[in-house]
Amino acid sequence: MSLVINKLSKKYADGEEDTLHKISLTVEKGEFLCIVGASGCGKSTLLNLVAGLEQPTSGEILLDGEKISGPGAERVVMFQEHGLYPWLSVIDNVKFGMKLAGIAPNIQEEKAMHYLEMVHLQDYKDYMPHQISGGMKQRTALARSLTMDAKVLLMDEPFSALDKQTSNRLREELQKIWMETHKTVLFITHSVEEAVYLADRVVALSASTREIAKIIPINLKRPRHVYDTEFTELRHRILDIIKEG
Amino acid sequence: MQLIIFLGILILIWQGAYWLGVEIFQTVKSYAVPSPLDVGKRFVELCNDGTLFQAIGNSLIRGIIGFVIAVIIGIILGLLLNHFKYLQKNLKPLVLGVQTLPSVCWVPFSILWFGLSNQAILFVVIMGSAFSIAISVDNAIKNVLPIYIKVARTMGASKQQIYTHVIFPACIPEWIVGLKQGWSFAWRALMAGEVMTTSIGLGQTLITGRDLADINQVTVVMLVIVIVGIFFDKYIFSIAEKKILRKRGLISENSYR
Repeated sequence: MSLVINKLSKKYADGEEDTLHKISLTVEKGEFLCIVGASGCGKSTLLNLVAGLEQPTSGEILLDGEKISGPGAERVVMFQEHGLYPWLSVIDNVKFGMKLAGIAPNIQEEKAMHYLEMVHLQDYKDYMPHQISGGMKQRTALARSLTMDAKVLLMDEPFSALDKQTSNRLREELQKIWMETHKTVLFITHSVEEAVYLADRVVALSASTREIAKIIPINLKRPRHVYDTEFTELRHRILDIIKEG
Repeated sequence: MQLIIFLGILILIWQGAYWLGVEIFQTVKSYAVPSPLDVGKRFVELCNDGTLFQAIGNSLIRGIIGFVIAVIIGIILGLLLNHFKYLQKNLKPLVLGVQTLPSVCWVPFSILWFGLSNQAILFVVIMGSAFSIAISVDNAIKNVLPIYIKVARTMGASKQQIYTHVIFPACIPEWIVGLKQGWSFAWRALMAGEVMTTSIGLGQTLITGRDLADINQVTVVMLVIVIVGIFFDKYIFSIAEKKILRKRGLISENSYR
């Protein structure tokens, strides 16, 4: 698996400045890559382009050598809004993508239960979305994304609509799940702390030039702890880069 | 229980007004204002000779057939309006306009085209409700949250799957409201249609009452029309609506709404 982003630019209207300017980046197999930047730096646009929900103005994105032209299940997205379907129970929501793909019902059941256990929701499988908390909804959405066995998992600020406590617990769980599964993840966030906590590499986008300001490798051992001195140092370094950008 | 007492009070007020207006002061003639007792008597008579049941049966069958056809036409038209930008831009305003026409306005055409027949009544019913159903079908699709569609697309849903797995299920609550409204339009249009023809039905029974200057019969039929309308609203559409809204958490478990 390789995801190559090549001189990618996006402009929404003629005469306007680029929202993204000549971004080049390669995401390695099994890598957890975080993209951080101040609001308006184009990080969500970048994710939408990789997801195929939007088309670039110039440049290209290649997944295993193939150019991305639209959305596809091999690049499943987890959004800030959970996007659970209110007419489906928790487990049916988790099965949704597999159902679209026409996977056999017994395998759907097996996989759905496997990932529901991974996010500790096996006891809530028959609940309706409105009966569970915001954090549980987002965990259901995570389980749903994991069932797709995507080549790359795209996450667009998945925890930022949650309260701090819930969001901290979820990123802890995500770290654990990632250590078990080693999925390739492209994770967008505005929180530098979250990026340092989760990522193998952090890509800082500049809000002024709309280019990559810097790519910072995070070589801290997992599981990571927010209060370690090294963690704090890295966090400040990246914050400085974003501020200058 | 509360409702029964309330209705009892209403009937008492009605009886009191009749007694004052017609019997004491004699300002109103008895052929213009019915008394609850006479209406009750006429009701029993109409039940006993079978007229009322036959009329209700005929009207219901006609109403349901017309409504079903209107639903089919409405859904197809609504989907077309939604799917083709050209139709959305040009035909939708027209449909909205035609929908505001009271259904009686279709009576002259229906008589010219179908004569004083069953089809003529069905035509009025269909014209009276199909357009409002089409509009609610279209509007409901437009109100589907974009995130629902985005999620499905990134999980590899085909265009057809987006309709069958996301848009249609998401629309169901709004469509039920649309059907409920469509039915009430159909029921009203049915009466407008039946009043003009001679086929047996509630509308025709009402007009017979008028022709015979039988205000009691007119009142009985009016009450029956209201009761049938309430029955469909409360026991068919509203129950389905509540069940679905509750399942989706849009109304709480113990809500009285």
